[in-house]
Amino acid sequence: MIQHVIHLVSVWAIPLLLVGIPLYGLLRGVKVYECFVEGAKEGFQVAVRVIPYLVAILVAVGMLRGAGAIDLLSGWLDPLLRAVGAPAEILPLAIMRPLSGSGSMGIVAELIKTHGPDSFIARLAATAYGSTETTFYVLAVYFGSVGIRKTRHAVLAGLSADIASLAASIVVCRLVFPA
Amino acid sequence: MLNYIWFGLIIVAVLLGGINGKIEEVTKAGLDSAGAAVTIAIGLVGVMALWLGIVKIADEAGLMKLLARGIAPVLRRVFPEIPRDHPAIASMMMNIAANMLGLSNAATPLGLKAMEDLQKLNRSPGVATNSMCTFLAVNTAGLQLIPASMISLLASAGSKEPTAIIGTTIAASTAAVFAGVIAAKLLERLPVFAVPPRESGGASS
Repeated sequence: MIQHVIHLVSVWAIPLLLVGIPLYGLLRGVKVYECFVEGAKEGFQVAVRVIPYLVAILVAVGMLRGAGAIDLLSGWLDPLLRAVGAPAEILPLAIMRPLSGSGSMGIVAELIKTHGPDSFIARLAATAYGSTETTFYVLAVYFGSVGIRKTRHAVLAGLSADIASLAASIVVCRLVFPA
Repeated sequence: MLNYIWFGLIIVAVLLGGINGKIEEVTKAGLDSAGAAVTIAIGLVGVMALWLGIVKIADEAGLMKLLARGIAPVLRRVFPEIPRDHPAIASMMMNIAANMLGLSNAATPLGLKAMEDLQKLNRSPGVATNSMCTFLAVNTAGLQLIPASMISLLASAGSKEPTAIIGTTIAASTAAVFAGVIAAKLLERLPVFAVPPRESGGASS
């Protein structure tokens, strides 16, 4: 049932927006075609403006992954996580999540394969992945699009959200799923 | 801050790569990523144009103002610097709504539109405003009602109940949003993160 509703929402949301907004525009006397083209014009510039910021972030993250830093960091933090009673298998994902979306998706897939799709670890990993975004990617793209170079407290605020999402994922999954 | 983080990532990568004997991988990963960044950005052009076009229609039809008025009471608390009826409120709301529905194709263009609107209120253009940082904290927390990619990943691995993670994901991402917003609100007052004096007097103060 829930699955069905969710499916309907995700299939229909975009087509409904694409019909609904121009329809409302027409009813309000907006020249929808001309207006659309006028707005769409900016698409290219915005995308191009993002490139230097994205190159800067992705290169640094890519090099770090290439050097095997994620595994190393996991090794160091492992005892810390064990001390607070958290499953250490989740650690590489926690470190990768703010840095790379595709990289952390790969880790989740790996965990699902190793532990089984209905295991506690798989569900925890999927929850942890789904409950946050790729912080550094978002920062690069969003700030890059308007040429912001001094990001002030945005990085720390974003990482606070990441840590909170991980902690909440562990607590909530412990409550909901029998280990 | 980003200066040190960025350089830190690179120097750690090179040093570690050298010690681990993986320096060639480091070089390759760096160069590959540079190419990937351009591919990602260019890949944005189409959807970006599509949604910016649609948003322009919504704006012209007065839909954005209507939306802004409807949800303003909630968002005004979180973004006190933004004037009533300002288009930034509506575009941020649309971005958050798209994120919640898991429409990532729509969410990024709408989010960038919101950044553009926020930038219009920014009196020191190269420096992030408080509103921008708070908005990004909400975005990096990624409030999502339907974690579609994870559900399909679990389903394709043969899970009996792939949607079991919906509830836990909503709970955890709600916690993340609260933590992000609270952190942004607290951190924006620290002198370290103040808008540099030469460029200050901004809309954010």
